[in-house]
Amino acid sequence: MIVPLIVFFACALLAVVGAVLLILAHEPIHSALSLVLVMVALAILYLLLGAPFVAAIQILVYAGAIMVLFVFVIMLLNAGVEERTDWSKIGKWVGLPLGFLLLLEIAHWLYHSEPGTAIANGGGAPPAASTFALSTAIFRQYLFPFEATSILILIAILGALVLARKDQ
Amino acid sequence: MSAIPVSWYLALSGVLFGLGVVAFVFKRNIITIFMAIELMLNAVNLAFVAFSRAHSASGQVALDGQVFVFFVIVVAAAEAAVGLAIVLALAHTRQSLNVDRVNLLKF
Repeated sequence: MIVPLIVFFACALLAVVGAVLLILAHEPIHSALSLVLVMVALAILYLLLGAPFVAAIQILVYAGAIMVLFVFVIMLLNAGVEERTDWSKIGKWVGLPLGFLLLLEIAHWLYHSEPGTAIANGGGAPPAASTFALSTAIFRQYLFPFEATSILILIAILGALVLARKDQ
Repeated sequence: MSAIPVSWYLALSGVLFGLGVVAFVFKRNIITIFMAIELMLNAVNLAFVAFSRAHSASGQVALDGQVFVFFVIVVAAAEAAVGLAIVLALAHTRQSLNVDRVNLLKF
């Protein structure tokens, strides 16, 4: 009974530490590796929430494909230490206070949210979502959005090809 | 039997999203800014799965939140592919990854 609690706090700590390291890292490759840390921690949290297929997709697509793409671009461009010399005044004086304001707002909203049925149900045994039920939902109820995403992927491939093409 | 309230997951999601926003305005490297966007998308995904968990009864699972996560991941993959292609084109024309040096529409 105490084990899920320990796993939750360990993964939450890991995710927050990874996010902070992403901000504090000087080199992009360190930021990328800390982002992988966040994604793996979130995958374990998905398992805890009874979503094993989403956890597998998180590891395969996010920590696998997307982050490999990031690391590939970092290595290709030889991205070294980040320049900190002339960063914009707007980002410093407006952006950071607004970011912290957003954090405060989220904290305030969570603090004053009513512990309704959503939270009360959270105490029950986690019903694991079967892959069969998930695929049924995607290919029946969400068939049109699914087909739309295939067109989106095609457009993304064409866009990447056009952008990466050498100038004639 | 896990005794973790769903609100804790939402709190973690909110903290991660806020850290993503801070990273977005704090970082100057365009690749790291992309990573901040991915961090924010991940935070929202956690909220989706937590809500899916919250609205599940003991017998049946509310799958809509998890299906939404799939669509978010697909859009994130497309965004990463096009975005990193833009980064490559930008790095070849400007010879820099600093967004402060990208202040002209035409170069």
